[in-house]
Amino acid sequence: MTDSLTLFDKMWDRHLVSPFGDRSLIYIDRHFLQETTCYEAFDTLRKAGIGVHAPQQTFGVIDHCVSTETGRNAHSFPPTAHWIEAMRKNCAEFGVELYDIDDARQGIVHVIGPELGIALPGTTLVCGDSHTATCGGLGAWAFGIGTSQVGQVLASQCLLLTRPRTLRATFTGRLGKGVYAKDMILGLIGKYGTAAGTGFAVEYAGPAIRSLPIEGRMTISNMSVEFGARSGFVAADDTTFAYLHGRPFVPAGAQWDLALEDWRRQVSDDGATFDRELELDCATLAPQISWGTSPQDVVGIDRAVPDPAAIDDPERRRSMEKALRYMALTPGTRIEGTPIDVAFIGSCTNGRLSDIEEAARIVRGRRVKEGVRAVVVPGSTAVKARAEALGLHDVFRDAGFEWRESGCSMCVSGNGDFVPPGKRSISSTNRNFENRQGPGSRTHIASPAMVAAAAVTGCITDVRRLEGLA
Amino acid sequence: MKRFDTVTGIAAPLMRDNIDTDAIIAARAMEGGPRDLGAVAFTNWRFDLNWAEQPEFVLNQPRYRGATFLVAGRNFGCGSSRESAVWALAQYGIRAVIAPSFGDIFQENALQNGLLPIPLDTELVQTIAAAIERSNDAHMTVDLVRNEIRVAGLAPIPFAIAPERRRALLEDKGDFDLLVEQLPRIGEFEARDRAARPWMELNR
Repeated sequence: MTDSLTLFDKMWDRHLVSPFGDRSLIYIDRHFLQETTCYEAFDTLRKAGIGVHAPQQTFGVIDHCVSTETGRNAHSFPPTAHWIEAMRKNCAEFGVELYDIDDARQGIVHVIGPELGIALPGTTLVCGDSHTATCGGLGAWAFGIGTSQVGQVLASQCLLLTRPRTLRATFTGRLGKGVYAKDMILGLIGKYGTAAGTGFAVEYAGPAIRSLPIEGRMTISNMSVEFGARSGFVAADDTTFAYLHGRPFVPAGAQWDLALEDWRRQVSDDGATFDRELELDCATLAPQISWGTSPQDVVGIDRAVPDPAAIDDPERRRSMEKALRYMALTPGTRIEGTPIDVAFIGSCTNGRLSDIEEAARIVRGRRVKEGVRAVVVPGSTAVKARAEALGLHDVFRDAGFEWRESGCSMCVSGNGDFVPPGKRSISSTNRNFENRQGPGSRTHIASPAMVAAAAVTGCITDVRRLEGLA
Repeated sequence: MKRFDTVTGIAAPLMRDNIDTDAIIAARAMEGGPRDLGAVAFTNWRFDLNWAEQPEFVLNQPRYRGATFLVAGRNFGCGSSRESAVWALAQYGIRAVIAPSFGDIFQENALQNGLLPIPLDTELVQTIAAAIERSNDAHMTVDLVRNEIRVAGLAPIPFAIAPERRRALLEDKGDFDLLVEQLPRIGEFEARDRAARPWMELNR
């Protein structure tokens, strides 16, 4: 069939205002602002003497540099107070609603977007943050932009874009026990590399994706940028519609029926062709753990730290050697059993309720190993409240975890929460870059269950072994 | 935006793959509000925890200090969308980065600021890096009028760039102005779209 379209084709066509030279003018349905990437964009509007084009489609939140201390305010971490105060002033001046620090709707932008029903299937959503693709878990074309483009969307609700090519990543097989969405996306990035998705819009498909709950689909879409892509999404289905129904900004009544009819068509047609097709078998996938300083530097927990000497490509060999030196790991040794200093559960990748529930299930009745700092930072104030209603805060506190207020925290380490120099962390976040969790920090990224397991044993541990599954 | 036509200056080889935007500008460098980001570019490679220079880092070596160009490994600028990474490079004085590939968002941010990302084949990038290391003064020229790079000891190296992005750089015309000019057309689209997708209307 020649008129078969991919989901991306449909989203592109619907939002195309007009061709524009060798680019296209594309309409943006929803725009999120976070405090660290919109300051200069408001200045641009002020200089041009224009207002926000569609303030009702624009949402502000404070998440990146806010303290996670109990009883926090804008000045709890003084080095970032300026950004928070400026965000308040700018949102007030330009008529943008702000979910401020003490608002029940506050949280990490990519957690509250779906939670509040701001992200919807087949829509365009942008934010000045690379993990905006998280909302792709609901079938939205969501992507991160820089501050210049934030200013452009504020002024016009549009962007000038070059059409990306399409890539379908198909996940086959059934996940084993103790293996999660996080392991699926890390497995994909490990297999194909951090640049495999560069220039592509990625559709995640296959039986292993279909059987994932929405929060797992968000974890996968979230790490599209670590795969090289600006956007990644899962076509909406009944699981999506059940998740969305009744949320604050989701259409209701007759509008819901109309929307649903439309959303059911927001899928790739049978026979639609993609520019690139990749596949990952989930049946044999082990829990993943990173060993280096790029998200592609991952191995199964039952494997050894790789040996650069076995690599032919000299650039790759050098970068592996450099990563291993930074991480203070020895090639050929088993990664399981490596002692850790910090265990962090949170972030837009894995800070939602199901992540916290799964970690709590493992922690319950156990104690954090002496000498380990273990921290939970819920992805939103609402996630925190729901977890507390289930008594999960007590599970973590009883075990010796810190239970903090919501924000980006140790994922970006711009709020006073960090891993000290030379210390080793296991983290449910998305980036194991050098110095990411603080200067000199050594980060291993993994699923929240793997972080919980390491917190109680004091070393990198196969969560399946701890749970008697392996 | 900063106009770009023909620029000559020092080129510094930084032949690592996956240089991420956290490496280009660390979170700790942005604390305390707006500042000169050029002074803190490559934060944790250039400085230790007490902000003392690390002499072995390429931009701290006398030969490459004050570089105008970077010659880098694959996937340059991957990671965070922070445009401050581009501002840090631009404020340091970097006008172009030559690498086999770039992070998508970084590449867009760079073009928005008149910093030219030049993707070339890996082997060609390695050849340029080697030629700079061999040359007397580490200088090279990026000529956007003729779409070529000139390095001592090598034949001129042509590079490709989308015609409209090239024109925007030569004429210093940014997307913001282009989009504002389109507001009437955007308004017409919104009216059509409201009729087609009434459920998208937010009454806040």
